[in-house]
Amino acid sequence: MENEVQDQAERKASRKSVAFTDEQLVVETDGSITIMSAAEEPKETAQSHTPRTPPLSAALEAFAVADPSSQAAADEAAPPEDGGLDLSLLKKKKKKKKVEGAEGDAEAEDGAAPAEDGGLDLTMKKKKKKVKKAEGAEEDEFTAKLKQLEVKDTEDAEETAPQDAGDMETGTGVWSHSESKTIPYTLLLSRFFTVLSQKNPDHSLSGTKSYKIPPPQCMREGNRKTVFANIADICKRMKRTEEHVTAYLFAELGTNGSVDGNRRLVIKGRFQQKQIENVVRKYIIEYVTCKTCKSPDTELNKGENRLYFITCNNCGSRRSVTAIKTGFSAQIGKRKKMQG
Amino acid sequence: MSIENLKTFDPFAEADDDTGDIKKVENHIHIRIQQRNGRKSLTTVTGLPAKFDPGKILTFFRKEFACNGNKVNDEKAGEVIQLQGDQRKKVLDFLVDKKAGLGLNPDNITVHGA
Repeated sequence: MENEVQDQAERKASRKSVAFTDEQLVVETDGSITIMSAAEEPKETAQSHTPRTPPLSAALEAFAVADPSSQAAADEAAPPEDGGLDLSLLKKKKKKKKVEGAEGDAEAEDGAAPAEDGGLDLTMKKKKKKVKKAEGAEEDEFTAKLKQLEVKDTEDAEETAPQDAGDMETGTGVWSHSESKTIPYTLLLSRFFTVLSQKNPDHSLSGTKSYKIPPPQCMREGNRKTVFANIADICKRMKRTEEHVTAYLFAELGTNGSVDGNRRLVIKGRFQQKQIENVVRKYIIEYVTCKTCKSPDTELNKGENRLYFITCNNCGSRRSVTAIKTGFSAQIGKRKKMQG
Repeated sequence: MSIENLKTFDPFAEADDDTGDIKKVENHIHIRIQQRNGRKSLTTVTGLPAKFDPGKILTFFRKEFACNGNKVNDEKAGEVIQLQGDQRKKVLDFLVDKKAGLGLNPDNITVHGA
């Protein structure tokens, strides 16, 4: 016991060095703890094994105590039994200052508990990037394990593939009349949905089918203007006035613009198709889809007192929407204009 | 005697979708972006709660995002923080983060722009 306390004290001392250098604590399969240098320049000498190899539980506890700074990462801790690496120190530097020792201990212990299950965490995959930074034997072991996992995944995918043989429509393979094999759930499920969409197309239309509008066509006009060519078409599909959509676009993008002879919208500033698409998507969520039934079949009218209302043609619900507001816009350049 | 116009309650404020509570308008934070010349841009943060010192937040932003910025007192929007470059994501993360940030409710924050 006394020894353990001493260990902890030692670790606390070593924690300081961990906190301010780029070293990392690594728990190995046998439970020993290694301090590794993290990485930019590969230094073989920086790897030093601690002289003692405490029993696993002690090591776990010590690990929890020694490393409160990594508590956030420890929540999703890589299980030591698997030889997993915990290289979470890199990112946490800033938080360290704020973390109190005692609080950290408790949380870290929480985090360490699930590690005892020995189950392989999914989080290990996420940490792949960081792992690359480390060197040494552990890495090879780890990558090998990862590869194994990946192979397993692909195998799983392949397993289901051959069972798809047979066409539902013509009644071959699994679907044949005389077939006595049980049909797997996934196939039954897919059959259910195909039959549903065949027999009852309306159902899938209103509920699951996504609302489609043509993608916005954007062209660059000159260097600093963007032309939104098919705004008329999109507005017609959404059943909204062009003015309303335009006002929203300008408010959201923080610019202004004009409409040219072919009813195309000219926006000041450089915008890519993706950006415009995002804004149109936001517009649809806010001003087109019905909040109650998610149907895009709605109408926007002006209510009694300057408020805009959306009326759903599908379910009949009616709700008010916010007026489009242009927020604060900073003065950019042109100081002379401002002065007078 | 109270003056009707000076009441903080706004009958035209947006009601919350679920609860029907009326949010205070000044609590809603808008993060916007404006394009400048070339590929430069400007991020503006309006409507920060009054309990936070905008100056301190600004210095933190400048240091943390490694960008310049300043605060502007706007008649309508109040104190506005302007930052160079597209910092919307980082600002949002900071405002929402409970540990290292202000821990504000993400529902009260709107990010504008593409």
